[in-house]
Amino acid sequence: MDSLLPLEDRGGPAQPLLLASGLRKHFPVPGGLLGRSGKVVRAVDDLSLSVAKGETLGVVGESGCGKSTVARLLIRLIKPDRGTMVLDGDPVDEPHGITVNELRRQVQMVFQDSYASLNPRLTIGETLAFAPKAHGLPAAEARARVRDLLDKVGLDPINYAERYPHELSGGQRQRVNIARALALRPRLVILDEAVSALDKSVEAQVLNMLVDLKTELGLTYIFISHDLNVVQYLSDRVLVMYLGKIVELGSVEAIYGNPQHPYTRALLSARPSMDPRRRTKEAPIQGDPPNPIDPPSGCRFRTRCPFAEDVCARFEPPLADTGAQAVACHMRVAGSGHSKAATS
Amino acid sequence: MSDLLQVRDLHVTFVTPDRTVNAVNGVSFDVRRGETLGILGESGSGKSVTLRSILRLHPERRTRWSGSIKLEGDEILTMGRSALSDLRGQRVAMIFQEPATAFDPVFTIGHQIAETVRRHTGKGEADSWSRARDLLEMVRIPSPAQRLRAYPHEMSGGMRQRAMIALALSCNPSLLLADEPTTALDATVQIQVLLLIRELQRELDVGVIFVTHDIGVAVEVSDRIGVMYAGKIVELAPVEQMVDAPRHPYSRGLLASTVHDGMRGQRLEAIPGAPPDLAEVPTGCSFAPRCGFVQASCVARPPELREMGGSHLVRCVLVEPLKEGVAA
Amino acid sequence: MAVQSPAVDIAAALVRPTAASASRGYWPSVGRRLRRDPVTLLCVGVLLLVVLASVAAPLLGLADPYKTSMLRRLYPLGSPNHLLGTDELGRDMFARLIYGGRLSLFMGVTPVVCALLVGGMLGITAGFVGGKVNMAIMRVMDVFYAFPSVLLAISLSGAMGAGTENTLLSLTLVFIPPICRVSESVTTQVRGFDFVDAARASGASALTIVRVHVLGNVLGPILVYATSLISVAIILAAGLSFLGLGVKPPEPEWGLMLNTLRQAIYVNPVLAALPGVMIFITSICFNLMSDGLRAAMDVKA
Repeated sequence: MDSLLPLEDRGGPAQPLLLASGLRKHFPVPGGLLGRSGKVVRAVDDLSLSVAKGETLGVVGESGCGKSTVARLLIRLIKPDRGTMVLDGDPVDEPHGITVNELRRQVQMVFQDSYASLNPRLTIGETLAFAPKAHGLPAAEARARVRDLLDKVGLDPINYAERYPHELSGGQRQRVNIARALALRPRLVILDEAVSALDKSVEAQVLNMLVDLKTELGLTYIFISHDLNVVQYLSDRVLVMYLGKIVELGSVEAIYGNPQHPYTRALLSARPSMDPRRRTKEAPIQGDPPNPIDPPSGCRFRTRCPFAEDVCARFEPPLADTGAQAVACHMRVAGSGHSKAATS
Repeated sequence: MSDLLQVRDLHVTFVTPDRTVNAVNGVSFDVRRGETLGILGESGSGKSVTLRSILRLHPERRTRWSGSIKLEGDEILTMGRSALSDLRGQRVAMIFQEPATAFDPVFTIGHQIAETVRRHTGKGEADSWSRARDLLEMVRIPSPAQRLRAYPHEMSGGMRQRAMIALALSCNPSLLLADEPTTALDATVQIQVLLLIRELQRELDVGVIFVTHDIGVAVEVSDRIGVMYAGKIVELAPVEQMVDAPRHPYSRGLLASTVHDGMRGQRLEAIPGAPPDLAEVPTGCSFAPRCGFVQASCVARPPELREMGGSHLVRCVLVEPLKEGVAA
Repeated sequence: MAVQSPAVDIAAALVRPTAASASRGYWPSVGRRLRRDPVTLLCVGVLLLVVLASVAAPLLGLADPYKTSMLRRLYPLGSPNHLLGTDELGRDMFARLIYGGRLSLFMGVTPVVCALLVGGMLGITAGFVGGKVNMAIMRVMDVFYAFPSVLLAISLSGAMGAGTENTLLSLTLVFIPPICRVSESVTTQVRGFDFVDAARASGASALTIVRVHVLGNVLGPILVYATSLISVAIILAAGLSFLGLGVKPPEPEWGLMLNTLRQAIYVNPVLAALPGVMIFITSICFNLMSDGLRAAMDVKA
């Protein structure tokens, strides 16, 4: 009856669902002669990640770190300058692999709630039916799919299918955003600041729902957020980004329990204290996140790092495995020349 | 410490041809010099409207006020134009969420701060500039002398926010109003600005009212916290009591549902439903539709704000008011 | 949960969606706001009157607008049989004005409609596709945009020769660049919204995305701009006719009438100004109507 069947698993549980290698995206900065100023925003530089089936990969970082660009690269809303992607064993956008359109059947995105996330001229039902209909589902089945989706996200179809976005509260709109992402029965859902614009009490409702949906539909999540607490709650593994690069990557316990990169440590201690008797006494680092237009040479974090040395300006630290996690810091690479590094 | 600001039974209503919105429905609180009152609430709670009412920032035509707001004994709601103009910036200053809109993009930071100083204190040009430089130093902006000549768009978000704080403090106000000043900032910058506000408050002995939706932020800066819901204060207590033992079901729900350390693996206790439509005036407690402890008396009439002991006030029928010498 | 008889109301309150408002769809709410705007309603009424009168002109029992009479030239207003007097060739002014409305309105509305179709399509394409296509289209438009519209209209008309069809063509060409520019700008803005990205991410074709998601959000502002151009078109058409580049005599057209009645200024100034009054009334009504439309569409709902 439903011609848009959920897609089958191909490579088994050991094969990563998504593998991205060497992704790069630079945006030209407008202005100057002929609209080109010669400068580029180095949004994402040589980024590689893998997502296992059924896991939640959290991505954290501050503004300018490139996490939103990564989200759009993974779903191919933006074309990378360089780099490859492999979805469950199939290369994407290459001769012997799957097309971008086929990728979009399996990978979908939930956007942050804003006035621009839902088309104000369409009813909720029309918005949700758009994707299935565009893939050939007949109208009657599309309507049934819409009812099913609204049910899954806790909105009564009779009440909500005919409503317009401005008649819904923020939490309800975000549920619709999530329903829209699920309309094509994807396997991987990228959530880009999906709960950031919501009130805290509504955020909790939506988080509970996301956890339930993941189990019920066998989804894999990439959860992008600037909110470290929410990422800790939801994720199995966490990736920390700074100025377009990964600085630390590991299991959530390793990252939150034993952070090794100075930036990760700073981020974690920058969280406001929930105990009035143990308030934060000193800011972990000074200054603002720098501009991705002219990132510092070598290690990009060195301008704010209390442990920066000569070698940090000259060489970019590789993302090296240190057991429980991978860290891009000269202090953790034996023989790097940093005074705090082990001598090999 | 005497009372700096006294708000009594404040009601603010916005009237438009389409509908009437009861944004604030009877808010009362005090703020003393040298203390920070945090006002915690979600969108639609009326926290920003309350704050802006202290400076009468709402459009006169569409806004109806009642109640009393007294700053050091002077009634703000009935103040004339010139007294109000003196009040703003000089006795009471405000910092906003979006620093980019607080500054005029065509003038340098130094110019704008110096101009404010000159207008309110009558100092000369050189004196005002030197005061501006001192202010930038006070808010820990590096190389303050050079930054005086910077334009707003040349500064980063955190820097602009500090500059806005400098502008606000330029005329030695006794009361500082902060409307979600760190919400738009990155985590590492937010904590810097919070600590700055805390330090400045101690150094300058100003009273601060800090509005936020983030519990962690409220806990970091406040001495007392007031929780607002649907235009009313539902709980008001010293920060330790609010965090250790919140009494109102909404405050408790808010604390329980806020994600933090160590909640991984547990289901979040979410408050069901959504905040009410402020166009309707409820007959009983505004929180009743979402409350897990609702009773018949909750819906019959709106509950009063009652003292519970240790200057802890709660607006809920479930809470027993303090009797003489007996703890609740 | 200690819930007793008020439970039903409480449960009902839980189910009722928040932020419910009286307005439902967007266009119905625009219509509602328009109906409450007295200025717009007045303008629409006046325009309807003029349009209906022009369209139904043959049925109104008017005098023959082409019938000249050397004896009855330049009769003043209020003459017997000639409510608004006669023109320099003895033709009844009232009839000429009403019949003139046909051509003047036609020449005002038609170029805008044609320009809307062509310019709108080009602009939306440029805005949605972006990149090199956008640059190509918009730079070509910029070349035409560099000329002031009146000058462009005159040169095009001069090159093609006078006459109604040529005037229509040249006016259409004059209006394509501004409509294209407005369309491109609005489309680029809508293109950046998340819901368009979501539509792209769903794998739908570009045409489908434009049809379903972009058009509905873009037509409003473009329509407002286009209606404001109608008043300009009427004046331009009248101006061209005044200069002898537009409608040829003896066709009644307000601009042409202004030209031929020039000498009458010394004899009967009110008479000479009448066609100008008609131009003024219609163009200001279109303008105010377009303002009202813009205000009605401005609310975010």
